[in-house]
Amino acid sequence: MSAIQIAQDVINVNKGLSLIGYGLGAIGPGVGVGLIFAAVINGTARQPEAQSKLMAIAWQTFVLVEVLALIGLVLFFIASSA
Amino acid sequence: MRALWLAEGGEFVPPDAGAFDLPPIFWGITKPMLLLVLSVIIVAVFFLMASRRLKIVPSRFTFVAESVYDFGRNNIARDLIGSKEFKPYVPLIVTMFTFVLVNNVFGLIPIIQFPTMAHIGFPLALSLLIVYPLWHFIGIRKHGFVGHIKHQLVPPGVPKPVLVLLVPVEAFVKFFMNPITHAIRVFAAMFAGHLILIVFTLAGEYLLIEAGGLLKPISVVSWAFAIAMTFVEALIQVLQAYIFALLAANYIGAALSEDH
Repeated sequence: MSAIQIAQDVINVNKGLSLIGYGLGAIGPGVGVGLIFAAVINGTARQPEAQSKLMAIAWQTFVLVEVLALIGLVLFFIASSA
Repeated sequence: MRALWLAEGGEFVPPDAGAFDLPPIFWGITKPMLLLVLSVIIVAVFFLMASRRLKIVPSRFTFVAESVYDFGRNNIARDLIGSKEFKPYVPLIVTMFTFVLVNNVFGLIPIIQFPTMAHIGFPLALSLLIVYPLWHFIGIRKHGFVGHIKHQLVPPGVPKPVLVLLVPVEAFVKFFMNPITHAIRVFAAMFAGHLILIVFTLAGEYLLIEAGGLLKPISVVSWAFAIAMTFVEALIQVLQAYIFALLAANYIGAALSEDH
């Protein structure tokens, strides 16, 4: 590899930066999913008969929160290959 | 496969998005296209076979098909659209649920091993060409064009100064973000999940064959994780199919709902 190519590879930080960006972006959905299922556990502890209804609501809201982390992952792949 | 021959230099090349670019098989027809047609055949044959010779007490196979249909009809369509107007939309909801489910599960079946929703075009077609125009059509048919726009953008009981901020946000979310995230949700889940399985499998293979002697037993750990992630992936696939149909029913119900 020529000197110019090595220098260009050294200063190409896209992959690293986009990975840091994804890591920061995954904090929010992580906290969100924890809150959702903490609520499910609390509600089931108070009233065990409500477990199936609570789990149904939990899955519906879980997917809404998870999509934010997944959008971050997809954008990581887009940003790291550009 | 591209990562395999690149690794012959001795360096492990992790798979990237290019692992999903499959070459066409013949005449420009690619593997996801064939899988799509196969999934349609599977769903159609399943329901057609179950609905022949219906009896009062169903046989075991008919019972399974009836359970799937009841799940889509009661838990998804009736709960989200409301018990008065949900009946015309039950076939669409049940079809979307089973169609996305079969296409997702293709990612785990040994020879097929490709979730067709991992190509962004397929869920985008479902979301932008079916659910989104249907949402507009139902709303305009029920409330008229101006009524539909007003019903979606202006929530009742909001003071006028807040509306200046709220209406553009609602328009952005309902007319732009909702259809796109509807598709991106299932695409990203299938893409990320399948990529995780590929990484663990290829890493185990690289550790076993290419790496130094002390690292070779680590490949078992990598493959154990691949098996564990397969179970997680199966759960995510069923969940994503359920959520896709659920959100489609939610948007239809939002177009049909009366003002509170």
